[in-house]
Amino acid sequence: MSMHVEEVAHVEGAGTLTFTKVWMILLVLTGVEVFLGYEQFPTLIMLTALLGISVVKAALIIAYFMHLKFERLSLFLTLFPMLVFCIIMMLVFLGDATRIPLMRPPQ
Amino acid sequence: MSTQQVAATVSVWEGGRSPYAVNSKKFGMWLFIVSDALTFTALLFAYTYSRVANPEWPKPFDFSPAIIFSTVMTFCLLSSSLTMVMAVQAMNRGNRKSAAGWILATMACGAGFVVLHLTEWMKLIKVEHVTPFTNPWGVPLFGGTFFALTGLHMTHVIIGIIYLGIICQAIVRGKFQPIDVEVSGLYWHFVDLVWMFIFPLVYLMSARV
Repeated sequence: MSMHVEEVAHVEGAGTLTFTKVWMILLVLTGVEVFLGYEQFPTLIMLTALLGISVVKAALIIAYFMHLKFERLSLFLTLFPMLVFCIIMMLVFLGDATRIPLMRPPQ
Repeated sequence: MSTQQVAATVSVWEGGRSPYAVNSKKFGMWLFIVSDALTFTALLFAYTYSRVANPEWPKPFDFSPAIIFSTVMTFCLLSSSLTMVMAVQAMNRGNRKSAAGWILATMACGAGFVVLHLTEWMKLIKVEHVTPFTNPWGVPLFGGTFFALTGLHMTHVIIGIIYLGIICQAIVRGKFQPIDVEVSGLYWHFVDLVWMFIFPLVYLMSARV
């Protein structure tokens, strides 16, 4: 990476063809999600599969449409590890949700 | 030691340089996006937690038309992201007229999303009698978490359409630079990104086949 300051408005990173390909991949992944929704697997399997696909879709949008793939690594390292850490800290409590139905007194 | 060697040994973090090599407007938008992402994460977490903790959680979304509706809404937002990228590219080439056209297409896709979403809301409110506090299935948390999450997202979409409208009319009149279009694009892609989580977690997880 260059040590020089580049005050440019935009760095050409990907062309129209690449963006169209990413858009088509996102549409296909959406189709897979809708198929999973139609088949109705058990809740936790659905949750894991849908979240996994959503993370891939989010990564594609951030990398290509939001151009982060073509920015400096320092920008990514400043913004994202902290965000992912905070999200994981929130998800720590999700395990409780699976235990709550079992802890209810019988009616 | 030559000037070039000195420049190479001085860290970019010692001041007087731009360590990220991005425009300050763009960096500001990134910081906003990260903070907004945490807000949406908290709301999505609240919905998912309530969903998993309640085995009697309702499934109010029929595959036809609700899931088909929301799939079309997803298509609208994904397509609007592509048209926004085209707008940024056109602006970078200096073609303001083409950029304005692509921004208008983005706004149209966004407006389509809002219309479909409001139709879906009206069906839930008038036909299924769901409100933020009550619903016929006896799980009041459903309405509270659903309307808070999708309502905040729809607000973001509406603000995005207004934001793009301001950018569009300005670039036609020769105002604003390519970076301004790129920054508005960042916001729009973020709105699209959030929907990529709301659609599966809220709609597909509660589909009634």
